Amino acid sequence: MRITGSIARPAAARIPWLTIGVWGALAILVLIAYMRAPQATTAVLTSTIRQSTPIILGALAGIMCERSGVINIGIEGMMLISAFLGFLFNVWTGDLFLATLGALLVGAAVGAFHALMSITLKVDQIIAGTVINILAIGTTGYFYQQGLTTRGKLTPVSIPFLADIPIIGPVFFSNPPITYASLILIVVVHVLLFRTAWGLRTRAVGEHPAAADTVGIAVNRVRYINVIIGGMLAGLAGAFLTLESVGSFERNMTNGRGFVSLAVMIFGKWTPFGAWGGSLLFGFANALQSQIQFLKNQLPSWLAWIGDLPPQFIGMLPYVLTIAVLAGFVGRARPPAAIGKVYEKE
Amino acid sequence: MERAGSQFSPRMDSRIQIWGMVHAAIVPIASVVVALVVGAAIIALSGANPLVAYSALFEGGLGSGRAFSRTLEKATPLIFGGLAVSLAFKCGLFNIGAQGQLLMGAVSAAFIGFSLQGLPSALHIPLALLVGALLGAVWAAIAGTLKAFTGAHEVITTIMLNFVAFNLTDWLADGPWKDRTPGNIVARTPAVAPEARLPDIVGVPLGIILAVLAAIAVWWLIWRTTIGFELRTVGQNASAAKYAGISVRRMTVLAMVASGFLAGLGGAVETLGVVGRFQPGFNVGLGFNAITIALLARTNPIAVIPASLLIGVMQAGASRMQFNSGVASEIIDVILALILFFVAADGIIRRVLRLRAEEGERVTLSSGRGS
Repeated sequence: MRITGSIARPAAARIPWLTIGVWGALAILVLIAYMRAPQATTAVLTSTIRQSTPIILGALAGIMCERSGVINIGIEGMMLISAFLGFLFNVWTGDLFLATLGALLVGAAVGAFHALMSITLKVDQIIAGTVINILAIGTTGYFYQQGLTTRGKLTPVSIPFLADIPIIGPVFFSNPPITYASLILIVVVHVLLFRTAWGLRTRAVGEHPAAADTVGIAVNRVRYINVIIGGMLAGLAGAFLTLESVGSFERNMTNGRGFVSLAVMIFGKWTPFGAWGGSLLFGFANALQSQIQFLKNQLPSWLAWIGDLPPQFIGMLPYVLTIAVLAGFVGRARPPAAIGKVYEKE
Repeated sequence: MERAGSQFSPRMDSRIQIWGMVHAAIVPIASVVVALVVGAAIIALSGANPLVAYSALFEGGLGSGRAFSRTLEKATPLIFGGLAVSLAFKCGLFNIGAQGQLLMGAVSAAFIGFSLQGLPSALHIPLALLVGALLGAVWAAIAGTLKAFTGAHEVITTIMLNFVAFNLTDWLADGPWKDRTPGNIVARTPAVAPEARLPDIVGVPLGIILAVLAAIAVWWLIWRTTIGFELRTVGQNASAAKYAGISVRRMTVLAMVASGFLAGLGGAVETLGVVGRFQPGFNVGLGFNAITIALLARTNPIAVIPASLLIGVMQAGASRMQFNSGVASEIIDVILALILFFVAADGIIRRVLRLRAEEGERVTLSSGRGS
């Protein structure tokens, strides 16, 4: 057996040079871009953060589920159902806070349904997720009525002083609530998984359920709770779509974000901060796509061809990127060992 | 799974054979019935009469000769899609990308159909079908190769390839292959040449004949060839297959190629047989319906045919139902999702019917995720 991680050597002795290098290079690039075109740079970066919000939330949902050993392909469907019901709650109550809370509860309920199928009923976990995805498309399509209107959506809240810092201010400290929440949740999930007893149990259950069982951890209970928490995170991602980003519901509006989330989760090797890096990458691809009309005239001559690309090609970008990421251009990733397997007591 | 196929063994006693078929069909049929009952409850809750809705649904799908030919029309691509997903399942692969493979098949068959003029039908039709099927195969091969050599999970790559295919075919139909006839403003390709349209053979559309032949061919491939044996071995236990000297990589790519070939052929058949050109929005939702069909048929290629006919009836009758009872046609998607749920969570149905689960009947895919 190979000893890895904190047992092999103290964690503090490791300096993540690669990470520092990548982020440093990015920061320099951003600075150069900012000096040449301050407005466009800020617009793209702000858009990057907001576009990455549902993806990082979905990825955190995936991390919670998969770290405990349950594959969740149904994040897409969880997002869609929560987005739809969150929107309806907003129509009925007119209260955005209640609507967001409602979307969270819906996410928890769908999470519980996934846990029921894949833990209690022992359905193959990938098929269970597919059931959720197909149910989500069917039911939201059936119950959706056009012409429902709401009073507004969640709007950006500027944090005094911090919001005035150039670049960083508008990008990080002038966001709508769910975007702030997603940034905080990255840290929360990281601490939860790697610094608490609950996180240790979760990871034990995901890596070696039999061993976890022998030390008295209720394997299936831990899995249930994690999948439900994952459902809530996916529900928040859904709430972001209808209550913060778009303001209304459209059929099939998740558009593959749930699946991109899973790719991002693998990209980040099942860690919250790694996944955040991945989701920023996709946020950036999406931001370029949504800002390209405004950027067209500002592109330097050697990049002008980008503005002339058919919109469908720019539309493909996030998906092609996902495939590239999965194909292991970031190196092999090792999923939790017990993933996808039903745990049955001997 | 093993059981479902071995019932076709000629050596088997015919009484056991029939009992085996009936027995294997109990859970799927019960699932459909329960899904219809739950669907009726949803219809009733939304303020319509489920009996009126269902009778209109089945009348619209089976009530007349025209209704039935519409059902066959709908069932044809479903059979191809169901076969594609079933075949991949046999190798332990989950092909959610039938949609994208179908689109690639459809658009390329349309291209061969409209760009070549004056070819005899006997040459034009096979050529267009083959090119469509091959493009579908290539599209699936991307996912298969990535799975085999980098471990990228096919569930995510095939879905991503669906989105790429949506965008790509959209661009083709609105750009280089756009119908330039004066007055046309929508994104679509020109109509395929009349020689490339699929004819009726003694009153039966060629498309459904091809679909049935494909089902038989897949059955034969899976149960009567060495490749089929290797494919199933990999699907049941990849490491055992490896020790037995079977190349898991080769089988993974091969299964995806064959699966994409079938889905692409389905797209080509529908383009040449029904639509007559390619237009964005082509057969949306087929990918998911194909999964439902494959699981309803328990990945048995022959059983894919009745499963597709059932869903074909619902799709053909949906507009009649909406017209007669005011129930939105999207209820079909809800019912299909419920069918999938009850087939997948067959423990519920078994408990109600007091049936015992059989050895090796479950579809398992969750091994080898992400690595």
